[in-house]
Amino acid sequence: MQAITVSNLTKVYGKEKFVAVKGISFTVEKGEIFGLIGPDGAGKTSIFRMLTTLLLPDGGTATVDGFDIVKDYKKIRSNVGYMPGKFSLYPDLSIEENLNFFAAIFNTTVAENYHLIKDIYIQIEKFKDRRAGKLSGGMKQKLALCCALVHKPTVLFLDEPTTGVDPVSRKEFWEMLKRLKEQGITIIVSTPYMDEADLCDRIALVQQGEILSIDTPVNITQSYPDDLFAVKSGNMSSLLKAIKGYQEKESGYAFGEYAHVSFKKNTVTENEIKDQFARQGISSIEVKKTPATIEDCFIKLLQN
Amino acid sequence: MEEIVIKTEKLTKRFGNFIATNEITFEVRKGEIFGFLGANGAGKTTAMRMLCGLSLPSSGAATIAGFDIYKKTEQIKKNIGYMSQKFSLYEDLTVLENIRFFGGIYGLTNAQLKEKSEQLISKLGLQKEAKKLVASLPLGWKQKLSFSVAVLHNPKIVFLDEPTGGVDPVTRRQFWDLIYEAADNGVTIFVTTHYMDEAEYCNRISIMVDGKIEALDTPGNLKKQFDAQSMDEVFYKLARGAKRAD
Repeated sequence: MQAITVSNLTKVYGKEKFVAVKGISFTVEKGEIFGLIGPDGAGKTSIFRMLTTLLLPDGGTATVDGFDIVKDYKKIRSNVGYMPGKFSLYPDLSIEENLNFFAAIFNTTVAENYHLIKDIYIQIEKFKDRRAGKLSGGMKQKLALCCALVHKPTVLFLDEPTTGVDPVSRKEFWEMLKRLKEQGITIIVSTPYMDEADLCDRIALVQQGEILSIDTPVNITQSYPDDLFAVKSGNMSSLLKAIKGYQEKESGYAFGEYAHVSFKKNTVTENEIKDQFARQGISSIEVKKTPATIEDCFIKLLQN
Repeated sequence: MEEIVIKTEKLTKRFGNFIATNEITFEVRKGEIFGFLGANGAGKTTAMRMLCGLSLPSSGAATIAGFDIYKKTEQIKKNIGYMSQKFSLYEDLTVLENIRFFGGIYGLTNAQLKEKSEQLISKLGLQKEAKKLVASLPLGWKQKLSFSVAVLHNPKIVFLDEPTGGVDPVTRRQFWDLIYEAADNGVTIFVTTHYMDEAEYCNRISIMVDGKIEALDTPGNLKKQFDAQSMDEVFYKLARGAKRAD
Protein backbone atom coordinates (compact mmCIF):
# COMPACT_ATOMS: atom_id res chain seq x y z
CA MET A 1 0.00 0.00 0.00
CA GLN A 2 1.05 3.55 -0.56
CA ALA A 3 1.92 5.61 2.48
CA ILE A 4 1.32 8.91 0.71
CA THR A 5 -0.56 9.82 -2.47
CA VAL A 6 -0.55 13.36 -3.78
CA SER A 7 -2.63 14.48 -6.73
CA ASN A 8 -2.53 17.97 -8.28
CA LEU A 9 -1.81 19.52 -4.91
CA THR A 10 -1.77 23.32 -5.03
CA LYS A 11 -1.11 26.10 -2.54
CA VAL A 12 -1.64 29.79 -3.21
CA TYR A 13 -0.68 32.54 -0.73
CA GLY A 14 -1.84 36.06 -0.11
CA LYS A 15 -3.41 38.89 -2.06
CA GLU A 16 -0.77 38.59 -4.75
CA LYS A 17 -1.85 34.98 -5.39
CA PHE A 18 1.66 33.62 -5.10
CA VAL A 19 1.55 29.98 -6.19
CA ALA A 20 3.90 28.18 -3.80
CA VAL A 21 2.91 24.66 -4.90
CA LYS A 22 1.77 24.22 -8.51
CA GLY A 23 -0.45 21.16 -8.90
CA ILE A 24 2.12 18.53 -8.00
CA SER A 25 1.51 14.75 -7.92
CA PHE A 26 3.57 11.90 -6.46
CA THR A 27 3.29 8.78 -4.32
CA VAL A 28 5.44 7.41 -1.53
CA GLU A 29 5.52 3.65 -0.92
CA LYS A 30 5.38 2.18 2.56
CA GLY A 31 8.79 1.78 4.14
CA GLU A 32 10.47 4.10 1.65
CA ILE A 33 12.84 7.00 2.32
CA PHE A 34 11.51 9.64 -0.06
CA GLY A 35 13.44 12.87 -0.56
CA LEU A 36 12.16 16.28 -1.61
CA ILE A 37 15.30 17.91 -2.95
CA GLY A 38 15.33 21.61 -3.71
CA PRO A 39 16.53 25.05 -2.60
CA ASP A 40 14.85 27.49 -0.22
CA GLY A 41 11.58 28.71 -1.66
CA ALA A 42 10.96 25.59 -3.77
CA GLY A 43 7.73 24.85 -1.86
CA LYS A 44 9.01 21.96 0.26
CA THR A 45 7.69 23.29 3.56
CA SER A 46 4.27 24.09 2.09
CA ILE A 47 4.02 20.49 0.85
CA PHE A 48 4.97 19.18 4.30
CA ARG A 49 2.50 21.43 6.06
CA MET A 50 -0.35 20.34 3.80
CA LEU A 51 0.47 16.65 4.21
CA THR A 52 0.67 16.99 7.99
CA THR A 53 -2.77 18.76 7.92
CA LEU A 54 -1.41 22.05 9.25
CA LEU A 55 -2.30 23.93 6.08
CA LEU A 56 -5.30 23.53 3.79
CA PRO A 57 -4.58 23.04 0.09
CA ASP A 58 -6.15 25.38 -2.49
CA GLY A 59 -6.50 22.58 -5.00
CA GLY A 60 -5.90 18.88 -5.48
CA THR A 61 -6.06 16.03 -3.00
CA ALA A 62 -3.71 13.93 -0.93
CA THR A 63 -3.82 10.97 1.42
CA VAL A 64 -1.48 9.91 4.19
CA ASP A 65 -1.81 6.33 5.42
CA GLY A 66 -5.00 6.11 3.36
CA PHE A 67 -6.58 9.09 5.13
CA ASP A 68 -7.64 12.26 3.33
CA ILE A 69 -5.63 15.30 4.44
CA VAL A 70 -8.74 17.49 4.69
CA LYS A 71 -11.51 15.19 5.94
CA ASP A 72 -9.51 12.81 8.09
CA TYR A 73 -7.04 15.28 9.54
CA LYS A 74 -7.48 14.05 13.11
CA LYS A 75 -6.50 10.51 12.18
CA ILE A 76 -3.46 11.70 10.28
CA ARG A 77 -2.35 13.85 13.20
CA SER A 78 -2.37 10.90 15.57
CA ASN A 79 -0.50 8.66 13.13
CA VAL A 80 2.33 10.74 11.77
CA GLY A 81 5.47 12.28 13.23
CA TYR A 82 6.60 15.74 12.12
CA MET A 83 9.88 17.49 12.67
CA PRO A 84 9.54 21.06 11.34
CA GLY A 85 12.50 22.92 9.92
CA LYS A 86 12.26 25.49 12.69
CA PHE A 87 12.82 24.24 16.25
CA SER A 88 9.31 24.00 17.71
CA LEU A 89 9.55 22.25 21.07
CA TYR A 90 8.84 23.99 24.37
CA PRO A 91 12.02 25.92 25.24
CA ASP A 92 11.07 26.19 28.93
CA LEU A 93 10.60 22.44 29.39
CA SER A 94 13.59 20.15 29.90
CA ILE A 95 14.59 17.41 27.47
CA GLU A 96 12.81 14.83 29.61
CA GLU A 97 9.69 16.97 30.13
CA ASN A 98 9.35 17.64 26.39
CA LEU A 99 9.60 13.96 25.61
CA ASN A 100 7.11 12.95 28.30
CA PHE A 101 4.76 15.69 27.15
CA PHE A 102 4.74 14.49 23.54
CA ALA A 103 4.29 10.88 24.64
CA ALA A 104 1.36 11.90 26.87
CA ILE A 105 -0.54 13.86 24.21
CA PHE A 106 -0.32 10.83 21.93
CA ASN A 107 -1.65 8.58 24.74
CA THR A 108 1.56 6.63 25.09
CA THR A 109 4.63 6.54 27.31
CA VAL A 110 8.31 6.95 26.59
CA ALA A 111 8.87 3.40 27.89
CA GLU A 112 6.45 1.86 25.41
CA ASN A 113 8.37 2.89 22.29
CA TYR A 114 11.77 3.37 23.86
CA HIS A 115 13.37 0.97 21.36
CA LEU A 116 12.62 3.45 18.56
CA ILE A 117 14.33 6.43 20.16
CA LYS A 118 16.97 4.68 22.26
CA ASP A 119 19.90 5.13 19.82
CA ILE A 120 19.22 8.85 19.57
CA TYR A 121 18.08 9.51 23.13
CA ILE A 122 21.16 8.05 24.81
CA GLN A 123 23.21 10.74 23.06
CA ILE A 124 21.34 13.52 24.89
CA GLU A 125 20.22 11.65 28.03
CA LYS A 126 22.92 13.07 30.28
CA PHE A 127 21.46 16.53 29.67
CA LYS A 128 17.88 15.42 30.30
CA ASP A 129 17.28 18.09 32.96
CA ARG A 130 18.47 20.92 30.72
CA ARG A 131 15.84 23.21 29.20
CA ALA A 132 15.31 22.64 25.50
CA GLY A 133 15.87 26.34 24.78
CA LYS A 134 19.40 26.09 26.21
CA LEU A 135 20.50 23.18 23.99
CA SER A 136 22.94 23.42 21.09
CA GLY A 137 21.67 23.03 17.53
CA GLY A 138 22.69 19.39 17.23
CA MET A 139 21.06 18.44 20.52
CA LYS A 140 17.85 20.28 19.66
CA GLN A 141 17.72 18.33 16.42
CA LYS A 142 18.10 15.00 18.23
CA LEU A 143 15.44 15.90 20.81
CA ALA A 144 13.05 17.00 18.07
CA LEU A 145 13.53 13.67 16.30
CA CYS A 146 12.85 11.76 19.54
CA CYS A 147 9.66 13.76 20.12
CA ALA A 148 8.50 13.08 16.55
CA LEU A 149 9.10 9.33 17.04
CA VAL A 150 7.85 8.72 20.56
CA HIS A 151 4.33 7.65 19.50
CA LYS A 152 5.64 5.22 16.87
CA PRO A 153 4.43 7.09 13.79
CA THR A 154 3.67 5.26 10.56
CA VAL A 155 5.05 8.11 8.49
CA LEU A 156 7.81 10.47 9.62
CA PHE A 157 7.99 13.96 8.05
CA LEU A 158 11.38 15.63 8.36
CA ASP A 159 11.59 19.17 7.01
CA GLU A 160 15.24 20.10 6.32
CA PRO A 161 16.61 18.23 9.33
CA THR A 162 20.23 18.75 8.24
CA THR A 163 20.24 22.39 7.09
CA GLY A 164 23.21 24.21 8.61
CA VAL A 165 24.54 20.95 10.04
CA ASP A 166 28.20 20.03 9.42
CA PRO A 167 29.06 17.10 7.10
CA VAL A 168 29.98 14.68 9.89
CA SER A 169 26.76 15.23 11.86
CA ARG A 170 24.80 15.02 8.61
CA LYS A 171 26.26 11.58 7.95
CA GLU A 172 25.33 10.43 11.45
CA PHE A 173 21.81 11.74 11.00
CA TRP A 174 21.32 9.77 7.80
CA GLU A 175 22.57 6.62 9.50
CA MET A 176 19.86 7.14 12.12
CA LEU A 177 17.26 7.44 9.35
CA LYS A 178 18.40 4.16 7.81
CA ARG A 179 17.88 2.39 11.13
CA LEU A 180 14.38 3.87 11.43
CA LYS A 181 13.56 2.67 7.93
CA GLU A 182 14.55 -0.84 9.03
CA GLN A 183 11.88 -0.55 11.74
CA GLY A 184 9.30 -0.12 8.97
CA ILE A 185 8.73 3.62 9.30
CA THR A 186 8.09 5.52 6.06
CA ILE A 187 10.23 8.63 5.90
CA ILE A 188 9.70 11.72 3.78
CA VAL A 189 12.56 14.15 4.12
CA SER A 190 13.45 17.46 2.49
CA THR A 191 16.93 18.85 2.00
CA PRO A 192 18.77 21.53 0.03
CA TYR A 193 21.93 19.36 -0.01
CA MET A 194 22.07 17.54 -3.34
CA ASP A 195 24.57 14.97 -2.06
CA GLU A 196 21.96 13.66 0.38
CA ALA A 197 19.71 12.68 -2.52
CA ASP A 198 21.74 9.51 -3.07
CA LEU A 199 20.77 8.32 0.40
CA CYS A 200 17.04 8.26 -0.46
CA ASP A 201 15.19 5.39 -2.15
CA ARG A 202 13.43 7.82 -4.45
CA ILE A 203 13.57 11.57 -4.86
CA ALA A 204 11.63 14.44 -6.33
CA LEU A 205 13.66 17.43 -7.52
CA VAL A 206 11.58 20.51 -6.76
CA GLN A 207 11.95 24.13 -7.80
CA GLN A 208 9.45 27.00 -7.67
CA GLY A 209 6.57 24.78 -6.61
CA GLU A 210 7.03 22.23 -9.36
CA ILE A 211 8.51 18.75 -9.54
CA LEU A 212 11.23 18.78 -12.20
CA SER A 213 11.97 15.07 -12.02
CA ILE A 214 10.98 12.12 -9.88
CA ASP A 215 12.67 8.71 -9.76
CA THR A 216 15.39 6.72 -7.98
CA PRO A 217 18.64 8.70 -7.69
CA VAL A 218 20.38 6.18 -9.97
CA ASN A 219 17.75 6.46 -12.69
CA ILE A 220 17.89 10.25 -12.56
CA THR A 221 21.67 10.41 -12.88
CA GLN A 222 21.76 7.74 -15.61
CA SER A 223 19.25 9.61 -17.72
CA TYR A 224 21.56 12.66 -17.91
CA PRO A 225 21.60 13.25 -21.67
CA ASP A 226 25.07 14.70 -22.35
CA ASP A 227 28.65 13.48 -22.06
CA LEU A 228 30.03 15.23 -19.02
CA PHE A 229 33.71 16.13 -18.62
CA ALA A 230 35.57 17.02 -15.44
CA VAL A 231 38.25 19.60 -16.18
CA LYS A 232 40.93 20.71 -13.78
CA SER A 233 43.61 23.38 -13.98
CA GLY A 234 45.82 25.31 -11.62
CA ASN A 235 43.46 28.26 -11.45
CA MET A 236 39.70 27.77 -11.20
CA SER A 237 38.85 31.43 -11.77
CA SER A 238 40.64 31.64 -15.13
CA LEU A 239 39.39 28.17 -16.13
CA LEU A 240 35.80 29.31 -15.58
CA LYS A 241 36.43 32.42 -17.70
CA ALA A 242 37.82 30.23 -20.48
CA ILE A 243 34.78 27.96 -20.27
CA LYS A 244 32.48 30.97 -20.67
CA GLY A 245 34.15 31.78 -23.98
CA TYR A 246 34.12 28.19 -25.26
CA GLN A 247 31.75 28.28 -28.27
CA GLU A 248 30.85 24.60 -28.52
CA LYS A 249 29.96 24.17 -24.87
CA GLU A 250 26.43 23.38 -23.72
CA SER A 251 27.08 24.17 -20.09
CA GLY A 252 30.05 24.63 -17.79
CA TYR A 253 30.37 25.39 -14.10
CA ALA A 254 32.60 24.81 -11.09
CA PHE A 255 32.18 21.49 -9.34
CA GLY A 256 34.51 21.15 -6.37
CA GLU A 257 38.12 20.93 -7.50
CA TYR A 258 36.95 20.36 -11.10
CA ALA A 259 34.76 22.24 -13.53
CA HIS A 260 32.03 20.19 -15.23
CA VAL A 261 31.59 20.89 -18.94
CA SER A 262 29.19 19.43 -21.48
CA PHE A 263 28.94 20.13 -25.22
CA LYS A 264 26.25 20.75 -27.80
CA LYS A 265 27.51 17.71 -29.72
CA ASN A 266 28.48 14.50 -27.97
CA THR A 267 31.43 13.94 -30.31
CA VAL A 268 33.94 16.20 -28.60
CA THR A 269 36.99 14.30 -27.36
CA GLU A 270 39.14 14.80 -24.30
CA ASN A 271 42.12 15.84 -26.46
CA GLU A 272 40.10 18.47 -28.33
CA ILE A 273 39.04 19.95 -24.99
CA LYS A 274 42.63 19.99 -23.74
CA ASP A 275 43.84 21.70 -26.92
CA GLN A 276 41.07 24.29 -26.77
CA PHE A 277 41.95 25.29 -23.21
CA ALA A 278 45.68 25.23 -23.97
CA ARG A 279 45.06 27.72 -26.81
CA GLN A 280 43.36 30.00 -24.27
CA GLY A 281 46.45 29.87 -22.10
CA ILE A 282 45.15 27.55 -19.38
CA SER A 283 48.02 25.55 -17.94
CA SER A 284 48.32 22.03 -16.47
CA ILE A 285 44.95 20.84 -17.68
CA GLU A 286 43.42 17.53 -16.73
CA VAL A 287 40.30 16.34 -18.61
CA LYS A 288 38.29 13.19 -17.98
CA LYS A 289 34.78 11.93 -18.56
CA THR A 290 32.74 11.83 -15.40
CA PRO A 291 29.32 10.40 -14.46
CA ALA A 292 26.65 13.00 -13.71
CA THR A 293 25.62 13.56 -10.10
CA ILE A 294 22.21 14.65 -8.83
CA GLU A 295 23.55 18.20 -8.66
CA ASP A 296 24.49 18.08 -12.38
CA CYS A 297 20.98 16.84 -13.16
CA PHE A 298 19.43 19.60 -11.08
CA ILE A 299 21.53 22.26 -12.81
CA LYS A 300 20.54 20.83 -16.20
CA LEU A 301 16.86 20.95 -15.25
CA LEU A 302 17.17 24.53 -13.97
CA GLN A 303 18.79 25.64 -17.22
CA ASN A 304 16.03 24.18 -19.40
CA MET B 1 56.35 40.12 0.13
CA GLU B 2 52.62 39.67 0.02
CA GLU B 3 50.62 41.78 2.38
CA ILE B 4 49.15 39.99 5.41
CA VAL B 5 45.66 41.27 6.24
CA ILE B 6 44.68 38.88 9.04
CA LYS B 7 47.21 37.73 11.58
CA THR B 8 46.38 35.88 14.77
CA GLU B 9 48.68 34.58 17.48
CA LYS B 10 47.32 32.09 20.04
CA LEU B 11 43.94 33.79 19.89
CA THR B 12 41.74 32.41 22.67
CA LYS B 13 38.24 32.97 24.00
CA ARG B 14 36.99 31.46 27.24
CA PHE B 15 33.44 31.43 28.55
CA GLY B 16 33.87 30.41 32.22
CA ASN B 17 35.66 27.08 32.13
CA PHE B 18 34.77 26.50 28.49
CA ILE B 19 37.46 27.31 25.92
CA ALA B 20 35.46 28.11 22.80
CA THR B 21 38.48 29.14 20.71
CA ASN B 22 41.77 27.66 21.83
CA GLU B 23 45.05 29.36 20.84
CA ILE B 24 44.45 29.66 17.12
CA THR B 25 47.33 31.03 15.06
CA PHE B 26 47.12 31.76 11.34
CA GLU B 27 47.67 34.38 8.64
CA VAL B 28 45.58 35.36 5.63
CA ARG B 29 47.07 37.21 2.66
CA LYS B 30 45.55 40.07 0.69
CA GLY B 31 43.20 38.87 -2.04
CA GLU B 32 43.13 35.35 -0.72
CA ILE B 33 39.95 33.27 -0.48
CA PHE B 34 40.29 31.66 2.91
CA GLY B 35 37.86 28.88 3.92
CA PHE B 36 37.23 28.65 7.64
CA LEU B 37 35.74 25.21 8.21
CA GLY B 38 34.78 23.16 11.23
CA ALA B 39 32.02 21.08 12.74
CA ASN B 40 29.08 22.76 14.47
CA GLY B 41 30.29 23.86 17.90
CA ALA B 42 33.99 23.81 16.94
CA GLY B 43 34.33 27.52 17.75
CA LYS B 44 34.11 29.13 14.29
CA THR B 45 31.48 31.71 15.18
CA THR B 46 33.31 32.75 18.35
CA ALA B 47 36.54 33.17 16.37
CA MET B 48 34.79 35.14 13.66
CA ARG B 49 33.15 37.49 16.19
CA MET B 50 36.59 38.28 17.59
CA LEU B 51 38.06 38.87 14.13
CA CYS B 52 35.22 41.28 13.32
CA GLY B 53 35.84 43.29 16.46
CA LEU B 54 32.55 42.23 18.06
CA SER B 55 33.97 40.24 20.94
CA LEU B 56 37.19 40.78 22.90
CA PRO B 57 39.59 37.82 23.15
CA SER B 58 40.51 36.32 26.53
CA SER B 59 44.14 36.04 25.50
CA GLY B 60 46.40 36.00 22.45
CA ALA B 61 46.87 38.66 19.81
CA ALA B 62 45.55 39.54 16.37
CA THR B 63 45.53 42.30 13.82
CA ILE B 64 42.84 42.75 11.19
CA ALA B 65 43.67 44.96 8.23
CA GLY B 66 46.58 46.16 10.33
CA PHE B 67 44.43 47.13 13.33
CA ASP B 68 44.79 45.64 16.79
CA ILE B 69 41.88 43.44 17.79
CA TYR B 70 41.79 44.76 21.39
CA LYS B 71 42.23 48.47 20.88
CA LYS B 72 41.04 49.34 17.37
CA THR B 73 37.72 47.56 17.04
CA GLU B 74 36.01 50.59 15.48
CA GLN B 75 38.66 50.90 12.76
CA ILE B 76 38.35 47.16 12.14
CA LYS B 77 34.59 47.50 11.61
CA LYS B 78 35.13 50.29 9.08
CA ASN B 79 37.58 48.20 7.08
CA ILE B 80 35.64 44.95 6.85
CA GLY B 81 32.38 43.76 5.34
CA TYR B 82 30.19 41.07 6.85
CA MET B 83 27.31 38.94 5.66
CA SER B 84 25.63 35.86 7.01
CA GLN B 85 22.85 33.58 5.92
CA LYS B 86 20.68 34.70 8.83
CA PHE B 87 20.90 38.46 8.88
CA SER B 88 21.80 40.27 5.76
CA LEU B 89 19.44 42.98 4.59
CA TYR B 90 16.31 44.76 5.80
CA GLU B 91 13.39 42.83 4.35
CA ASP B 92 10.97 45.75 4.48
CA LEU B 93 13.24 48.18 2.71
CA THR B 94 13.55 48.11 -1.07
CA VAL B 95 16.69 46.98 -2.88
CA LEU B 96 17.71 50.59 -3.48
CA GLU B 97 16.94 51.65 0.10
CA ASN B 98 19.08 48.84 1.48
CA ILE B 99 22.02 49.84 -0.71
CA ARG B 100 21.69 53.50 0.35
CA PHE B 101 21.22 52.60 4.00
CA PHE B 102 24.30 50.40 4.29
CA GLY B 103 26.38 52.65 2.06
CA GLY B 104 25.35 55.61 4.21
CA ILE B 105 26.33 53.83 7.43
CA TYR B 106 29.77 53.21 5.99
CA GLY B 107 30.12 56.90 5.21
CA LEU B 108 29.72 57.00 1.43
CA THR B 109 28.81 60.43 0.07
CA ASN B 110 25.56 61.04 -1.81
CA ALA B 111 27.40 61.16 -5.12
CA GLN B 112 29.20 57.89 -4.35
CA LEU B 113 25.93 56.30 -3.24
CA LYS B 114 24.19 57.27 -6.47
CA GLU B 115 27.01 55.96 -8.64
CA LYS B 116 27.55 52.77 -6.63
CA SER B 117 23.88 51.84 -6.45
CA GLU B 118 23.44 52.29 -10.20
CA GLN B 119 26.53 50.17 -10.88
CA LEU B 120 25.46 47.46 -8.49
CA ILE B 121 21.89 47.23 -9.71
CA SER B 122 22.93 46.94 -13.33
CA LYS B 123 25.67 44.42 -12.52
CA LEU B 124 23.21 42.16 -10.70
CA GLY B 125 20.51 42.70 -13.33
CA LEU B 126 18.08 44.01 -10.71
CA GLN B 127 16.78 47.05 -12.67
CA LYS B 128 13.19 45.85 -12.47
CA GLU B 129 13.49 44.94 -8.80
CA ALA B 130 15.26 48.11 -7.59
CA LYS B 131 12.11 49.57 -6.05
CA LYS B 132 10.73 46.28 -4.72
CA LEU B 133 10.97 45.17 -1.12
CA VAL B 134 13.87 42.84 -0.43
CA ALA B 135 11.37 40.43 1.16
CA SER B 136 9.94 39.71 -2.30
CA LEU B 137 13.27 38.52 -3.78
CA PRO B 138 14.22 34.83 -4.01
CA LEU B 139 16.85 33.78 -1.45
CA GLY B 140 19.62 33.45 -4.02
CA TRP B 141 19.16 37.04 -5.24
CA LYS B 142 19.04 38.29 -1.67
CA GLN B 143 22.35 36.64 -0.99
CA LYS B 144 23.98 38.06 -4.11
CA LEU B 145 22.66 41.51 -3.24
CA SER B 146 23.74 41.16 0.34
CA PHE B 147 27.28 40.21 -0.68
CA SER B 148 27.45 43.21 -3.01
CA VAL B 149 26.25 45.46 -0.19
CA ALA B 150 28.88 43.98 2.14
CA VAL B 151 31.66 45.06 -0.26
CA LEU B 152 30.08 48.40 -1.21
CA HIS B 153 32.52 50.43 0.91
CA ASN B 154 35.59 48.66 -0.61
CA PRO B 155 36.52 46.82 2.58
CA LYS B 156 39.92 45.15 2.82
CA ILE B 157 38.31 41.94 4.09
CA VAL B 158 34.83 40.50 3.80
CA PHE B 159 33.60 37.90 6.28
CA LEU B 160 30.98 35.49 4.93
CA ASP B 161 29.22 33.21 7.41
CA GLU B 162 27.56 30.34 5.51
CA PRO B 163 26.51 32.68 2.70
CA THR B 164 25.10 29.98 0.42
CA GLY B 165 23.10 27.78 2.82
CA GLY B 166 19.88 26.64 1.13
CA VAL B 167 20.68 28.42 -2.15
CA ASP B 168 20.05 26.51 -5.41
CA PRO B 169 23.08 25.05 -7.21
CA VAL B 170 23.05 27.50 -10.13
CA THR B 171 22.74 30.61 -7.94
CA ARG B 172 25.32 29.17 -5.55
CA ARG B 173 27.82 29.21 -8.42
CA GLN B 174 26.86 32.73 -9.49
CA PHE B 175 27.54 33.72 -5.89
CA TRP B 176 31.03 32.25 -6.16
CA ASP B 177 31.59 34.22 -9.38
CA LEU B 178 31.05 37.36 -7.28
CA ILE B 179 33.52 36.07 -4.70
CA TYR B 180 36.19 35.41 -7.36
CA GLU B 181 35.65 38.84 -8.85
CA ALA B 182 36.04 40.56 -5.47
CA ALA B 183 39.18 38.52 -4.73
CA ASP B 184 40.64 39.46 -8.13
CA ASN B 185 40.11 43.09 -7.11
CA GLY B 186 42.19 42.52 -4.00
CA VAL B 187 39.41 41.99 -1.44
CA THR B 188 40.31 39.25 1.01
CA ILE B 189 37.52 36.68 1.46
CA PHE B 190 37.06 34.86 4.76
CA VAL B 191 34.25 32.33 4.34
CA THR B 192 32.59 29.52 6.28
CA THR B 193 30.53 26.83 4.54
CA HIS B 194 29.15 23.35 5.05
CA TYR B 195 29.32 22.63 1.32
CA MET B 196 32.56 20.71 0.80
CA ASP B 197 32.64 21.45 -2.94
CA GLU B 198 32.90 25.13 -1.98
CA ALA B 199 35.88 24.32 0.23
CA GLU B 200 37.62 23.40 -3.03
CA TYR B 201 37.05 26.92 -4.39
CA CYS B 202 39.14 28.42 -1.60
CA ASN B 203 42.86 29.15 -1.96
CA ARG B 204 43.51 27.83 1.53
CA ILE B 205 41.39 26.22 4.20
CA SER B 206 41.59 25.80 7.93
CA ILE B 207 39.62 23.10 9.73
CA MET B 208 38.71 23.64 13.37
CA VAL B 209 38.04 20.77 15.77
CA ASP B 210 37.09 21.38 19.42
CA GLY B 211 38.34 24.97 19.45
CA LYS B 212 41.69 24.34 17.74
CA ILE B 213 42.84 24.64 14.15
CA GLU B 214 43.80 21.06 13.34
CA ALA B 215 44.71 21.53 9.69
CA LEU B 216 45.55 24.46 7.44
CA ASP B 217 46.69 24.30 3.82
CA THR B 218 45.50 24.39 0.22
CA PRO B 219 42.71 21.92 -0.63
CA GLY B 220 45.16 19.92 -2.78
CA ASN B 221 47.77 19.62 -0.03
CA LEU B 222 45.16 18.71 2.59
CA LYS B 223 43.92 15.86 0.41
CA LYS B 224 47.51 14.62 0.06
CA GLN B 225 48.21 15.02 3.76
CA PHE B 226 45.13 13.03 4.78
CA ASP B 227 45.33 10.58 1.90
CA ALA B 228 41.79 11.51 0.84
CA GLN B 229 39.95 11.70 -2.49
CA SER B 230 37.80 14.66 -1.57
CA MET B 231 37.55 17.50 0.95
CA ASP B 232 34.52 15.71 2.35
CA GLU B 233 36.79 12.83 3.30
CA VAL B 234 39.42 15.16 4.81
CA PHE B 235 36.73 16.84 6.88
CA TYR B 236 35.31 13.51 8.00
CA LYS B 237 38.72 12.15 9.03
CA LEU B 238 39.42 15.25 11.12
CA ALA B 239 36.06 16.07 12.61
CA ARG B 240 34.78 12.61 13.38
CA GLY B 241 37.03 12.52 16.46
CA ALA B 242 35.49 15.74 17.81
CA LYS B 243 34.57 15.48 21.46
CA ARG B 244 32.37 18.53 21.65
CA ALA B 245 28.82 17.55 20.95
CA ASP B 246 26.98 20.40 19.36
